[in-house]
Amino acid sequence: MATEDVKATGWADQDHVPEIKSELLELNMGPQHPATHGVLRLLLETDGEIVYKVTPVMGYLHRCAEKIAEGVNYKQWVVYTDRFDYLAPMCCNHAYVTALEKLMGQEVPERGEHLRVVAAELSRIASHLVSLATFGLDMGAFTPLLYMFREREEILNLLERIAGGRMLYNYMVPGGVRYDVPDDKWIKDVLSFVDMMETKKVPEYNTLLSYNKIFIERTANVCVISPEDAFTFGCTGPVLRGSGVSFDCRRDDPYGAYPKFDFEIPVGQGQMGAVGDCWDRYFVRMLEIEQSCRLIRQALETLPDGPYQAIELKKPVKAPMGAVYSRTESAKGELGHYLIGDGGQTAFRNKVRSPSFCNLQVVTKVGVGQMVSDLVALVGSLDIVLGEIDR
Amino acid sequence: MDALIALIQNAPGAANMSAQALHNTAAALMATLMFTVMALCAIVFTWMERKVAGFLQNRYGPMRTGRWHGWAQAVADMLKILGKEDIIPAEADKGLFVFAPILVLLGSLLAWAAIPWAPGFVAADLDLGLFYIFAVSSLVIIGILMAGWSSNNKWALYGAARGAAQMVSYEIPLALATIPVIMYTGSLNTQDIVIAQQGGLANWYIFRDPFLFVAFWMYFIASIAETNRGPFDMPETESELVAGYHTEYSGMRFAFFFLSEYANLFLVSLIAVMVFLGGWWAPLPLLDVIPPALTFIIKGVMMVFFNMWVRWTLPRVRVDQLMHLCWKVMIPIALICVLGSGIIQMVRG
Repeated sequence: MATEDVKATGWADQDHVPEIKSELLELNMGPQHPATHGVLRLLLETDGEIVYKVTPVMGYLHRCAEKIAEGVNYKQWVVYTDRFDYLAPMCCNHAYVTALEKLMGQEVPERGEHLRVVAAELSRIASHLVSLATFGLDMGAFTPLLYMFREREEILNLLERIAGGRMLYNYMVPGGVRYDVPDDKWIKDVLSFVDMMETKKVPEYNTLLSYNKIFIERTANVCVISPEDAFTFGCTGPVLRGSGVSFDCRRDDPYGAYPKFDFEIPVGQGQMGAVGDCWDRYFVRMLEIEQSCRLIRQALETLPDGPYQAIELKKPVKAPMGAVYSRTESAKGELGHYLIGDGGQTAFRNKVRSPSFCNLQVVTKVGVGQMVSDLVALVGSLDIVLGEIDR
Repeated sequence: MDALIALIQNAPGAANMSAQALHNTAAALMATLMFTVMALCAIVFTWMERKVAGFLQNRYGPMRTGRWHGWAQAVADMLKILGKEDIIPAEADKGLFVFAPILVLLGSLLAWAAIPWAPGFVAADLDLGLFYIFAVSSLVIIGILMAGWSSNNKWALYGAARGAAQMVSYEIPLALATIPVIMYTGSLNTQDIVIAQQGGLANWYIFRDPFLFVAFWMYFIASIAETNRGPFDMPETESELVAGYHTEYSGMRFAFFFLSEYANLFLVSLIAVMVFLGGWWAPLPLLDVIPPALTFIIKGVMMVFFNMWVRWTLPRVRVDQLMHLCWKVMIPIALICVLGSGIIQMVRG
């Protein structure tokens, strides 16, 4: 939106008094700011509460992960994917090993695929919980954060039992997963957790936060991203689905064991305001938690016997010459890997298409003409992770 | 005050004091008492806020300092904050920067003088007591504006501008909500207001007529905004404005803001008790055995708890919604309360 358009919204009063020279206030939001979810820096030009221009400045968390991919062998690079989206590392593992297996032409045993789905969906729930919680925090609701982190803790405990780590798992390897299910009790615990999530916890969050009058006032009809904008800026994941577009790589470009399972793709309905407002993006995540629960239940109930990894763990993997692009649905959106192999043990080039990076760009358009508080709502509802943006 | 003077008169060696000396001694004693109570309540409420927040958030809050439920945590915090380096930004307006926290604290301290703790026990028995309280507590706004402006920080400026707009606006419904009570009492004297509520629950102003009941809630909402606490914590908005008007403050100067927040919180709660909830009168005749001052404080603490409960449950409103709520919803309702209550009083004679 141009400056004139912002004025036309009737909010801003720059040049209100013609004789007095006024200028826009340049405001640095970040890199150390509580609402930017990491080391993001937003350069704002504001007139009082109204934002005229938003420029995201990124790169504060750049760790050269893609360059490192050219130096370490394929298997060793899995650990770097953990550090992309550190709130849903399993999804990032999954994205990379899927791309690698596509390049190698490697088959994965059924059991391994099922365990990958379970791990990735648990991670997705954890990531969405953090997203919803911090969005509530941005809106000034501190208490839901603690409630949602309580359930996240449960997920971390479960993942710790199967993968050994609580945050950075390095769980998936080309050709399968690193560890099998520890015992039958783990399956039982996951299933009971999923049941509890669906029947008790999600309704609790809805009562506490989603249908709160003030929360709806703050988020409904705020920072509406139209489907066209979402396409133009390459938004994916809950941001795109919040705008009412039903697109999900798990269904539309299936990979792994997902085609076997029955699940729905929730989209924003404009229940509280316009389709694509902050509330829709928030609520789509809430609905996705329920769908992830369904997926986990199906994957565990039909867990086949047999091997869980196709390649011996200590054996280095080789990939043929060639290039593949593979995309998966991470918690934040479409996580793609463009992988070029040179025939050896190391990738020639690995380009990552990260969803947070593309989703964030939409602030340059939608954030203009909003109030500073609404910009905080927008950034919160995009659910960005800086580790993934800067890599 | 008179009770205190009588007490001093009976003390050994005070028999031949002049009236002026007696008065001065009583005033000094009262001022010391007020300040002690205020500092104490800030410490107690810091601890209480953390425990209440913990209770509402499925956790414990401080548990270790001082063994029993972390009771000494606030004391430890105060000691820590005393030892902090006092930083004044190089580009700050030093005079204003130093003076602002004092002014904020002064505003909340002065108002305490007119609080009636027990029959005859009030530091300044002013005929314009309630008016005086509202007048001096407005000083806080100036302090916040000064703090935000002098810090030379854009976020602080935002916080100060928001805070000033909010607090100036919310003083109107705050004061309007108490007008029906003043009309009932026929006096602005804080003692008179409480004395008029004698005789059990039914005589408390909140239950006198339906309009007063609404007026109480108007007062309650406006008082949350007046104390800058969630869901109306616009001047701070820690997720938007970093820390609002006190972004640049540290050490003891920050503690002054902190102290004044809790002093203000207790103050508005005590005013609510005094004006609407029967002051020092116990709700049931059975409870008359409790000393009046204690009844008054217990009620005040319960109101504080209610405030904390609201703060830790609700999200924050946006700054324009806040203004909308004040000018287009609360002020008309408060005016209707004044009108309706006036008509009821006329009809009842």
